[in-house]
Amino acid sequence: MSFEQLLQYVLSGITNGSIYAIVAIGFNIIYNTTGIINFAQGEFLMLGGMTAISLSAFLPLPLAILAAVIITSFIGALIDFIFIRRLRSPSVLNMIIVTIGLSITIREIALHVWDEKVRSLPYFTGNEITSINILGAYISPQVLWVLGISSVIVVCLGGFFKFTLTGRSMRACASNITAARLCGINTKNMVTISFMLSAAIGALAGCVISPITQTQYDCGTSLAIKGFTVAILGGLGNSTGAVIGGIIIGLLEAFSISVLPLAYKDAIAIAILLVILFVRPSGILGKKEAAALKEF
Amino acid sequence: MNMRKYTPVFGLIAVIIIFQLVTTAIGREFYLTQLTMSAYYCLVILGLTVLMGYAGQISMGHAAFFAMGGYTTAVLTTCNLMNVKESLFVKLLGTSGLTIMEKNAYGAEILHLSPWISLFAAVFVTAAVAFLIGIPILKLKGHYLAMATLGFGIIVYRIVLGTRLFGEADGISDIPPFKIAGSLAVSGDPAFRVQNYYIAAFLVVAGVILLMNLIDSRVGRALRSIHGSEEAANAMGVNTARYKLFVFVLSAVFACIAGVFLTHFNGGIGPSEADVMKSVTYVAIVAVGGMANLWGALVMGMTLNYLSLRGYFGSFDEFVFGSILIFIMLFFPEGLLKMGNFRNLARGLARLKNKYSADKKEG
Repeated sequence: MSFEQLLQYVLSGITNGSIYAIVAIGFNIIYNTTGIINFAQGEFLMLGGMTAISLSAFLPLPLAILAAVIITSFIGALIDFIFIRRLRSPSVLNMIIVTIGLSITIREIALHVWDEKVRSLPYFTGNEITSINILGAYISPQVLWVLGISSVIVVCLGGFFKFTLTGRSMRACASNITAARLCGINTKNMVTISFMLSAAIGALAGCVISPITQTQYDCGTSLAIKGFTVAILGGLGNSTGAVIGGIIIGLLEAFSISVLPLAYKDAIAIAILLVILFVRPSGILGKKEAAALKEF
Repeated sequence: MNMRKYTPVFGLIAVIIIFQLVTTAIGREFYLTQLTMSAYYCLVILGLTVLMGYAGQISMGHAAFFAMGGYTTAVLTTCNLMNVKESLFVKLLGTSGLTIMEKNAYGAEILHLSPWISLFAAVFVTAAVAFLIGIPILKLKGHYLAMATLGFGIIVYRIVLGTRLFGEADGISDIPPFKIAGSLAVSGDPAFRVQNYYIAAFLVVAGVILLMNLIDSRVGRALRSIHGSEEAANAMGVNTARYKLFVFVLSAVFACIAGVFLTHFNGGIGPSEADVMKSVTYVAIVAVGGMANLWGALVMGMTLNYLSLRGYFGSFDEFVFGSILIFIMLFFPEGLLKMGNFRNLARGLARLKNKYSADKKEG
């Protein structure tokens, strides 16, 4: 394998990896405040992408994306208001079943609102054939957008959780929800905010990747599964872990294509997921003790 | 033998016979085709009910076991042995009556394995896979367990979809009928419709009786103790890991047998049988049936599968099952067919009636 080829694989791996990392961060935000794995996380990406595509017909691209992010985050809030808050004494099994039900329902609604056609947003800069030469490897400018926006999301989230009162309240909910409530934090609202935040991040990611991966009503599921793999690999709830895990999975997938048939590509991430679950469910960066404390 | 316990089983048999008589009487025997298919799906659901409802272990990958059964029998019985006809092994099988010589649509002779071999092979393969994968998977709980079984399901789906042997996206067709004994055969031929309905019904009744006894046995009590609290069960000396594994393998075998029979009945199998959405549908039906309720699962499984197969949900099929999941978990986490719900309904109606009569008096 020549150096250029290697670089090409690495770049594509990192691009996919950073998308997975954003999905994983979406999982983590909700998991941290509620203990729920939101199986409908992938649908937020699809909704964001689809809404932006529809809106971009009559709005300039940046405005369309902004509107899509806002609309999707409202849908996130609605999901919490209508469904999650209503769960009486939710057991983990109930929560899994509800979010899976949500995922299917949202997907099917999207199928009937839009259709089964594959759509995509226009490239943010240039078009399909514009490419940038980096040390002999060619990449689309959209890849730079993906990398840039994912880094911005990670940095902003870090700041939000560290420096704002809301962010710190959410972290308090994550470490102990009863204690947080005793300190006067409105934990229910924190859950709503976490759903909104996670939906907004998902929608933004869905828009950025739309030109490369294209958007379809059922594109959320496979992204959600990879995102979950990454979240587990990095340790559930750990955002730095999500970024590292995302890049690892992205690279593994990119190189797997040169060894295995393309048809099996999606099975790679899942096989990795199973191995991690069997060997070290707390993830590479997660602490065993912390994982044991969480309710499973 | 405690006959009282079996009263519902006799009821079930009566209903099965009435269905057949009525459909034949009104000349709508073709309804039996979908009822037969629903019955096979119910077999999967019954197995899953014991795993989810009684042992409390979720599996989002049962379609994979169903597909394993279906694809094993499909591959084995469509594989033409004409080229190796003279080999000792094939001859040996032939003399034991385990191979079948037939002419295909073009008149060429084909020699294929008897479905009996493929049935046993399928059960063996599925049980072995369920056993091997069950050991590590059942150590997980909650979200991790759900995701791991889902992952397993997706891997099987991807393998089926990407492998030449399994016909990739086309699946496998032209699967010969499963001749059980004499003229009794599992096949989609309209002439065999009534007897196939009874074959499927027989399997369901047998499955129900087996599981009823299992639930009432020592194993069943151990399973319920696991559902209550695994730690407590462990502390009381129940080998929880072994029991969970046993039920996991048992429910996988149920799914596998359903897969084998339905594949012969349909004469073909496609990758959609291994799809994750199928697994989700099974889970949805178990949830609607009330989780730990064999009869609820059976009634709901027959009704929903039948409606879905007859196409009543149209393009909203997945939507229906998705909303069922949400609706049941939000409003009836104990399941729809619980006596409590009927009692509440009766109480509500009585209150309405009282109010109405009180209003009338005042008026």
